[in-house]
Amino acid sequence: MKHGHYKPSVLMWLFCFFNTLSREVFYMEYDAAIIGAGVVGSLIGRELSKYDLNVCLIEKAEDVAMGSSKANSAVIHAGYDANPGSLKAMLNVRGNMLMEKLARELDVPFKRIGSLVLAFNEKDMLQLEKLYQKGIKNHVPDIEILSRRRVLEMEPQLSRKITGALYAPTAGIVSPYDLTVGAVENAAENGIELILGKKVLDIKPYKGKFTIIMGTDVIYSRYVINAAGVYADLISAMVGETEFSIIPRRGEYMLFDKKIGNIVSSIIFNTPSATGKGILATPTVDGNLLIGPNAHDIKDKNDVSTTAEGMQEVLEGAGKLIPAFNQREIITSFAGIRAAPSTEDFIIKASQTTKGFVNAGGIESPGLSAAPAIAEYVRDILISEGLTLNKKKNYYLVRRPVIRFREINDNQKVRIIKEDPRYGNIICRCEKVTEGEIVDCIHRPAGARNSDAVKRRTRAGMGRCQGGFCMPGVVGILARELDIPADKVTKFGGNSRLLLRKTK
Amino acid sequence: MENIGLVVIGGGPAGLAAAIEAYKNGVRDILVLERERELGGILKQCIHNGFGLHIFGEELTGPEYAWRYIKQLKELGIVYKLNTTVLNISHDKIVTAVNSNDGLIRLRGKAVILAMGCRERTRGALNIPGTRPAGVYTAGTAQRFVNMEGYLPGKKAVILGSGDIGLIMARRMTLEGAKVKMVCELLPYSGGLTRNIVQCLHDFGIPLKLSHTVVAIDGRERLEGVTVCRVDENRRPIMETAEYVECDTLLLSVGLIPENELSEEAGIEIDPATSGPVVNESMETSVEGIFACGNVVHVHDLVDYVTQESKMAGRCAAEYVKGTGEIHEGKIYKTLAGNSVLYVVPQIIRKNFVKDEIKFFFRVKNIYKNINVVIKSGNSLLNTQKKLKVTPGEMESIRLSKKQMEFLNQKSDIYVELEEG
Repeated sequence: MKHGHYKPSVLMWLFCFFNTLSREVFYMEYDAAIIGAGVVGSLIGRELSKYDLNVCLIEKAEDVAMGSSKANSAVIHAGYDANPGSLKAMLNVRGNMLMEKLARELDVPFKRIGSLVLAFNEKDMLQLEKLYQKGIKNHVPDIEILSRRRVLEMEPQLSRKITGALYAPTAGIVSPYDLTVGAVENAAENGIELILGKKVLDIKPYKGKFTIIMGTDVIYSRYVINAAGVYADLISAMVGETEFSIIPRRGEYMLFDKKIGNIVSSIIFNTPSATGKGILATPTVDGNLLIGPNAHDIKDKNDVSTTAEGMQEVLEGAGKLIPAFNQREIITSFAGIRAAPSTEDFIIKASQTTKGFVNAGGIESPGLSAAPAIAEYVRDILISEGLTLNKKKNYYLVRRPVIRFREINDNQKVRIIKEDPRYGNIICRCEKVTEGEIVDCIHRPAGARNSDAVKRRTRAGMGRCQGGFCMPGVVGILARELDIPADKVTKFGGNSRLLLRKTK
Repeated sequence: MENIGLVVIGGGPAGLAAAIEAYKNGVRDILVLERERELGGILKQCIHNGFGLHIFGEELTGPEYAWRYIKQLKELGIVYKLNTTVLNISHDKIVTAVNSNDGLIRLRGKAVILAMGCRERTRGALNIPGTRPAGVYTAGTAQRFVNMEGYLPGKKAVILGSGDIGLIMARRMTLEGAKVKMVCELLPYSGGLTRNIVQCLHDFGIPLKLSHTVVAIDGRERLEGVTVCRVDENRRPIMETAEYVECDTLLLSVGLIPENELSEEAGIEIDPATSGPVVNESMETSVEGIFACGNVVHVHDLVDYVTQESKMAGRCAAEYVKGTGEIHEGKIYKTLAGNSVLYVVPQIIRKNFVKDEIKFFFRVKNIYKNINVVIKSGNSLLNTQKKLKVTPGEMESIRLSKKQMEFLNQKSDIYVELEEG
């Protein structure tokens, strides 16, 4: 296999080691430090990993994709929503175009299933016409307004009350955490350093460099890219940039069993209102049905709790689009936080006051869709800010492929089990995830360290029993592979320990 | 592809009894496929006693009960494969399974017995609002952690749902040194066996809060507490009664669901009332030659009844394999849940396949006192049985003899229902 893993030079290692010994901090100097390993930070990291640079990606959580990137609609929008001329419009359409190739390179499932914005009355139809015009101005390919009859032919389960729909065939679905994990892994394969579990407490610019303080750990970097999602305003304020703030806007979702995953075959939106695109219903790349989100501004940037009223709101909203879905098939509900900026548009630019500091903040919807284009855009900003980029000689464009047992054919199954018998041992019966896949996801670059991280990477525990059967198995494998006691295994890091102690 | 007489999917109490009974009825090429590392199914983790009163007249632990059948299976030389997960069963009885040693296994069974058991309902299915911290488990998962893996999940627990596993775990957690603060039950009565309420809660001073539920889950990383609330007669929370209960563990014992994803892929008809396959008097599903027994058909309270039902499935599957089964002639009767009855198993009766009698298992919709259970067909009353009390938490049964079946109305289905006594 031609993929190698990045190893820091021996000198660098020794340097670090002695620093650690003498000052109990680790000292590294980077060309660029990216703060936040969500989908945006990770794709920026992956983009920069193509060049001869020393780059680190800093994340306060114990895994990547732990903020907005793990709980959102998972939709790659076509790009007709945003106002023409905005960054949102430009980067969405470009990001959508890049997604197919990117997903292939990162071995992440992406399906271009198209989207429908439903209209229910004359007023909605006028709104659709406006969206259509915006779409044309934004260069969204192949959009059209469909008659009621055509829409119902395409999607017979939709409400009979509709009057028409805006169809955008380029819209698609992706798993946002898969995309993030794929980007980070590929970036790591190309030499990026991932610093997990370290919260940036302060950033001090000094003589053309930044000192980044993370508790007792300090690193230095010539450039800093702020991709801290809902915390981007706090990070920006550390260098005195206070021109924007991020409002946490919570959205609740409900996920349904695969049994009804094909009730619709495309992404179904309501006509948008002032507060956003409203509640949608969509198949997921894994074959479930997802409905949501509502939109409520909250105070706490970290509050991803669900509410009874919110879930009712989501059910009613989706019920308007698809009257016939069976509520008994709900397998879980969750909430995510949008990083809504005080400005209308994304905030992606170099600081005017602090040279070398670049914001990539306020990345609310269509942030996931735009993320691949944001990465290019940030790269170009860095160039104009004076960073020299030279392509690496040995660059691995393609991430080492992931074996997904449930998706390979019988011959491939036979072969892989012969090579590694652990691929014959099913741990998660609902999603048919094998021990081999779980072990692999732990030992990959940016590997899983807790049970939620295993779940996001392999789907073990994501199915209808929600980990009831496989959790003891997953905990056992994590403990064995990480060489820690089972009662130190966590759900998602920190104090989220799953077990208290051994029995008497 | 290998052809085999009988494939049994699942090596729990149902699969074990069915395989043994099929062997005793003359089938020699039997293969039992078990996904776990040992035979015995969920009994392996049920280390409390109370199993086997009906069949053995003594109180065994789960593993002891299972061992009686495992031992017999081994003595008879019935072949089984462990750590083997079935991936698919086709309509024409081709079973695809996988394990580490054999890789992908594909075989065609002349007959197949489904004995996959059930799974627990989860937090997601209940839609309990709040955060998503560590410390929320289904009771069965916690039971596995404590009894098989040797780890205690937490030290202060609230249990939602008074199903039997929840009650058993209330006692088990207490014995392990945890404080079980309360068991909350949405309904005005418990879903568990009376003896479990007495022995697991009363004996340990654990309060059972009927008509109560958990309305919120709190805690960022590890669970810190839950909000418990009384519910009105429509099971809606009365928010004024909300009470915050500090705890690091929430166990859910809120129902079991027969695990029939494989059955559905094989095209087997499922009864929405039981969530299990529709079966006839021989425990055969809607697909000829595929039989089912145990919790995959409907959730049982007592393993003894699982064993009885599974022996029937094993015997009938053996007859099917040997090809001695007679051709059915005459009317096929449906059995339906009548007044106050939730479901009845078996759902289909072919009269000339009934040996001496048929035993209907059923559950009622509510608590009823001093009632008669009746079997009706058209205007004829076929059998009646007086009961002092029936509850949804305890499975009931009533028999219909071959002689009583003579009065079956050709133009009607069979109804099992309750009448005031």
